[in-house]
Amino acid sequence: MHWGYALKRFALFLLVIWAAASVNFFVPRLGTGRDPIREKLGQLAASGGLRQEGVEEMVKAYQAKFGLDKPLYVQYFNYLGDLLRLDLGYSLANYPARVGQMIGNAMPWTLGLLLVSTLVSFSFGTLAGALVAWPRSPRFLQGLVVPLMTLSAIPYYLLGLILLYVLGLELKLFPLSGGYAPGTLPGWNLDFALEVLHHSMLPALSIVLAAVGFWGLGMRGMMVSTVGEDYISLAEANGLRDRTIFLRYAVRNAFLPQFTALGLSLANVVAGQVLVEVVFAYPGVGTLLFQSIQSSDYTAINGVVFVIILSIGLVTMLMDFLYPLLDPRISHRR
Amino acid sequence: MERLRSFLYYLRENPKLGIGLGMIAVLILFGVVGRLLVDPGLAQPLSTTPRQAPSWEHLFGTDDAGRDLLTVMVVGMPLTIRIGFLAGGVGLGLGILLGFVSGYLGGKIDTVIRGTVDTLLTVPSLVVLISIASTVREEISIELMALVVASLSWMWPTRTIRAQVLTLRERAYVQMAKLNGMNSFEIIWKELFPNLLPYLAASFVGAVSWAILATIGLEALGLGPQNEPTMGMTIYWAITFSALIRGMWWWWSIPIAFLVLLFVGLFLVAAGLDELANPKQRRAV
Repeated sequence: MHWGYALKRFALFLLVIWAAASVNFFVPRLGTGRDPIREKLGQLAASGGLRQEGVEEMVKAYQAKFGLDKPLYVQYFNYLGDLLRLDLGYSLANYPARVGQMIGNAMPWTLGLLLVSTLVSFSFGTLAGALVAWPRSPRFLQGLVVPLMTLSAIPYYLLGLILLYVLGLELKLFPLSGGYAPGTLPGWNLDFALEVLHHSMLPALSIVLAAVGFWGLGMRGMMVSTVGEDYISLAEANGLRDRTIFLRYAVRNAFLPQFTALGLSLANVVAGQVLVEVVFAYPGVGTLLFQSIQSSDYTAINGVVFVIILSIGLVTMLMDFLYPLLDPRISHRR
Repeated sequence: MERLRSFLYYLRENPKLGIGLGMIAVLILFGVVGRLLVDPGLAQPLSTTPRQAPSWEHLFGTDDAGRDLLTVMVVGMPLTIRIGFLAGGVGLGLGILLGFVSGYLGGKIDTVIRGTVDTLLTVPSLVVLISIASTVREEISIELMALVVASLSWMWPTRTIRAQVLTLRERAYVQMAKLNGMNSFEIIWKELFPNLLPYLAASFVGAVSWAILATIGLEALGLGPQNEPTMGMTIYWAITFSALIRGMWWWWSIPIAFLVLLFVGLFLVAAGLDELANPKQRRAV
């Protein structure tokens, strides 16, 4: 790898994160000039109640950093400084919980679901797409195009609702919501692992079903043009086995753009999953975001948005570094 | 008349475009004709008996708050389509402007536009939209919703249009026009634009589809116009009041059926237009 490239790519990553943070800071303060966090704090302080003490502390801490007596740029730099230390502040709705901690609790759930469902749908969809475009596959496989297209056009969470109804409510095969049954104690044992697996089947299935269509169609497009290449005809003329031609000559070459697409569409996959989690009340980041929106917990909303952008930025950067290893034609050297 | 006939003839060769256009037309007709047959007031809360299963009186049943779901569909479908067309239109407009400038003029301005687009494409737009929409939540209207979504719907059109302009720019007829002394604006307007029309139409449908997807996503999270019976808000209410577990299947399945029709229709139109724009793909798809 070329160090100049790595440095440049890292600078771009920082730029994206900075831009996202700035949007997070300035958009609420633009236009109406009101600061939703301040308003919500005001409401909390006025409504009083048992947790008055905590609220006052929050208001004080907030005033010290983002008080109206401070000029905007000081507030802005305080905000950036906090982010740099990954300090996302207190949750407005669940004081004294800190936003960072809430996200930390939800993150493993989201990562697990995302990883499994993306791997399954990517490999399965790529294989299906390749088979659909292969001229010598059985006719019923070639007919898969229509269901693949239909599935790719339907949003994940709508499919999730349908699955939930059929498999969860009518056939009672899977639990309806949550990450594990209420009453079970989370722990590192087999029972709990199976419980979690059972609960995550439906959300995973709804992501997989919808995403298989997307990956299948992409792979099919690449395969169709690869199959028309001269080297495929040459391999056929040489009398190579069908299997060898399919795997070594066609799939291998058609696969690379598919991997590039994985990096580009990651953002969409995550956005889709946010909504799937809401549908299944799955205890991940998406549900946390939904609850924060419902309780106008602006620090939590900002925190979740920032963490999602940060993690996707990180992964995209890592994938950019990985390409040259997969495809010798890309070298990052100009 | 002659044109119409040749268009219909073409549709036979390109069934995807035909079927897709048909599905969208049916959905739009449903809104237009339905408007004449039902009382739009029934789409508001407390207008009829709540929690009724589908019957002759309420074909699609009613929800928790006493909205008649048939009326909600009649009123909500056009609202959702309108948000999509507005946002997709603004997105495509920006995309055309930036794509042509970037692709045709090249140079520094191209580097800046391309860099911005490539960077923004890796940012999860729905998440950014959530952050914007949650701050304007109380005063959001159909039009504001469309604008919020449009603010991030221009990158993909810009990128693809720029790529098309780059290939067209080198064609002989464009070089010819340049030699004849046409200025850049004239070349873009008279030479490039007409040749890209089918392609732009495909981009437009893609942008509309993306915008509707994003809108429904925001609305399903509760960030849509609270007092409008749009499709996404209907799904939000159904999720919030656990329609599923309470066995009110008509509440969530009917909007989903309509949305699936809409998305599949848009997808088919986009695929069909793509075929029209790149005849080389014709064999492939």
